[in-house]
Amino acid sequence: MDQNLEKILVRGNEAVAMGAIDAGCRLFFGYPITPQNEIPEYLSKHLPPLGGEFIQAESEIASINLLLGASATGARAMSSSSSPGISLMQEGISYMAGSELPAVIVNISRSGPGLGGISASQGDYFQATRGGGHGDYRMIVLAPSTVQEMYDLTCLAFDLSDKYRNPAMILGDALIGQMKEPLIRRKPQQMDLPPKDWKLTGAKGRKPNKIKSLYLQEGELTEHNWKLYQKYEKMKEEEVRFETVNTEDARFVIAAFGSMARVSKTAMELAREEGMKVGLFRPITLFPYPEKALYDISTRVKQFLTVELNTGQMVEDVRLSVGRDAQVFFYGKPPGALPPPEEILEEIKKYY
Amino acid sequence: MNNDRFYHNVIVAGFGGQGVLAIGNLLAYAAMKEGRQVTFLPTYGVEMRGGTANCTVVISSREIGSPIVQRPHAVISMNLPSLLKYGPRVLPKGLLLVNSSLIDLKEFSCNDVELLAIPVNDIAIQNKNPKLANMIALGAFIEKTKWVEMSSLFESLEKVFDERHHALIPSNIKAIQIGVEYAQKSFTPTPTLPRPGGGNR
Amino acid sequence: MELVFKRPECLIDVPFHFCPGCHHGIAHRLVAEAIDYFKIREKTIGVASVGCSVFMYDYFNIDVLEAPHGRASAVASGVKRARKDLIVFTIQGDGDLGAIGIGEGIHTANRGENITLIFANNGIYGMTGGQMAPTTLLGQKTTTSPYGRDFTYDGYPIRMAEMMATLEGSAFVARVAVNNPANLMKAKKAVRKAFQMQVEEMGFSFVEILMSCPTNWGLSSLEANRRVEEEMIPYFPLGILKERKMADYL
Repeated sequence: MDQNLEKILVRGNEAVAMGAIDAGCRLFFGYPITPQNEIPEYLSKHLPPLGGEFIQAESEIASINLLLGASATGARAMSSSSSPGISLMQEGISYMAGSELPAVIVNISRSGPGLGGISASQGDYFQATRGGGHGDYRMIVLAPSTVQEMYDLTCLAFDLSDKYRNPAMILGDALIGQMKEPLIRRKPQQMDLPPKDWKLTGAKGRKPNKIKSLYLQEGELTEHNWKLYQKYEKMKEEEVRFETVNTEDARFVIAAFGSMARVSKTAMELAREEGMKVGLFRPITLFPYPEKALYDISTRVKQFLTVELNTGQMVEDVRLSVGRDAQVFFYGKPPGALPPPEEILEEIKKYY
Repeated sequence: MNNDRFYHNVIVAGFGGQGVLAIGNLLAYAAMKEGRQVTFLPTYGVEMRGGTANCTVVISSREIGSPIVQRPHAVISMNLPSLLKYGPRVLPKGLLLVNSSLIDLKEFSCNDVELLAIPVNDIAIQNKNPKLANMIALGAFIEKTKWVEMSSLFESLEKVFDERHHALIPSNIKAIQIGVEYAQKSFTPTPTLPRPGGGNR
Repeated sequence: MELVFKRPECLIDVPFHFCPGCHHGIAHRLVAEAIDYFKIREKTIGVASVGCSVFMYDYFNIDVLEAPHGRASAVASGVKRARKDLIVFTIQGDGDLGAIGIGEGIHTANRGENITLIFANNGIYGMTGGQMAPTTLLGQKTTTSPYGRDFTYDGYPIRMAEMMATLEGSAFVARVAVNNPANLMKAKKAVRKAFQMQVEEMGFSFVEILMSCPTNWGLSSLEANRRVEEEMIPYFPLGILKERKMADYL
């Protein structure tokens, strides 16, 4: 069956849009910002013929609230943006987490702070994995590193956000969004999901449904926050995803996500050619973070190098995950030129 | 399906409007059709508006890690700024295809790389299609490197070009063939490039 | 004996939390009556804004979604785009629509979203305790304009209905008051008309209701009603500003 599917050469951004359509998303709300414009452009062309709706909103604030409204009806809906726009969406994301509304939000991140620039950056790791907006909540965060994963993980994000009634984010960057790679548009099997009995469809033959995040009665909000916490704990148990390469015999492991993971993979191969036993650990879910898997590796491997396109964010999760006797080094590149594999190889040699 | 170990990369660079992204796209598409792994990484946005455009194409028999290449196996340089930027990065024994219509080679010196100077704009004008200089460069490059079959390249045109441009496919094929013939006449064939370090990436 | 006045089916039988003399309860009732009139309770979604209107879900016997502050019209648009067969309305206060959410409000109207927006204008922030609103009148004292609103510092009170009426996307725009029986009857007609426009898919409908806030104005209920008449209506004139006919539409 799969063999019959033709490979197409598409940008990562287009793969996200295709994934959304194949996951049943028919509603998209967004505002233009580089480097994610191929997503709204693709969907503005392809959603209306499918009976879907595309709105170019007046701002990212409007986009996220259109998304909130659409999601409340039980429909699959998506918005995408890039870092400054994602900052504007944080209010709405917090409300969705508080109101337990599913939705997929794509961040094809660019560099900051402020207007920053449009070069690739992983500077939004904290914002994505720590909630980002106000209040004590988390998003499911998936970090694709190939164009195929941009498609596959977008589909998965819809399932996971429905499963947990929680917003899910695709955290890509300019590199992975703009590059082209072969894609097989293989529609994934949808998860078994609970019925959306909470959705707003009109109170016909049932009591009215209320979707809200305001809890003023004594004890209500405490209970609500514990309920949300239980969901995040369940995600940690059931949804952790990661990739390991050559970690079995490694004595040194690179930890990297998204675009930097693939550059690091080449650096690892270069190191292996030179006889160094280097492995790679790539978290695919940034929340829930694969803490346990990383800890398990650290019972055998005592040296880790975290490589990121920022000055040090995921490295904190690596340090929190590994055993106490493991050393964690960091190689960070603030926005600008992307590091070639040779540069990471030099870094490995410093510590190996 | 090719099962041999194969890894090559090229940076294609020039002014915006010279069709450098089309070269990269076609090469990547043709290689994908032949069952290779490929990555195509373009510049975009602000960089594009600065007047230069470039893309990096990696072709491999195996999964590709980095789409970013510091020292490429080959560079196709369509203008002087891109030659000055990327020319010195070509690996020893690598290939440097230079658009000698726009570049005075006295401005540049290189050791230990194979230099293909082709006046692609002049050839395109002689053939009454000045817009297809990029296809002449592509034809010559593929004839020289043999990274993909010509037939795959021709079949890729309809996939890479928007449908409204499909009428232009025959003239593009012709331009590619002119490039091929120029390379055959002017240069000794080197079927495969010397394989620099990191060949199993 | 015929029952001529009863609680609308659309309202739950609980007392409102609104202060004595506040007009919010009347606005709720007008909306509920319109929903009952068109028999659309089972397919209506209310979008609660932030402010005194936030507890909509405690009073309306319908599905309700709570929006972030200022975003109610965007949220309502999202609901409507996902389910065009549903009737969607929101009640937004003057802070919500006139200040923090003015962008969302204007663009919702401009897109001609087929929803109904009830604008509750009492010229003050009620829930947060009486701060200056975008519709606070010149000279009016509030907790954040203690010397009276001065245009050199604070600008002028915004006339939302007039602004909405200029937009091609709006189908019905009216301003009403509920401070006396005559005005109330007109208000009832306007709110019903606004829902009718939505039911008939004519586009964006907007009713601004001038309301009192006796608590934060520091007036008795009757004095507050009088203030609506003597101070608000002269600046915010009542009437139907725009009514799209089917003929305009075709």
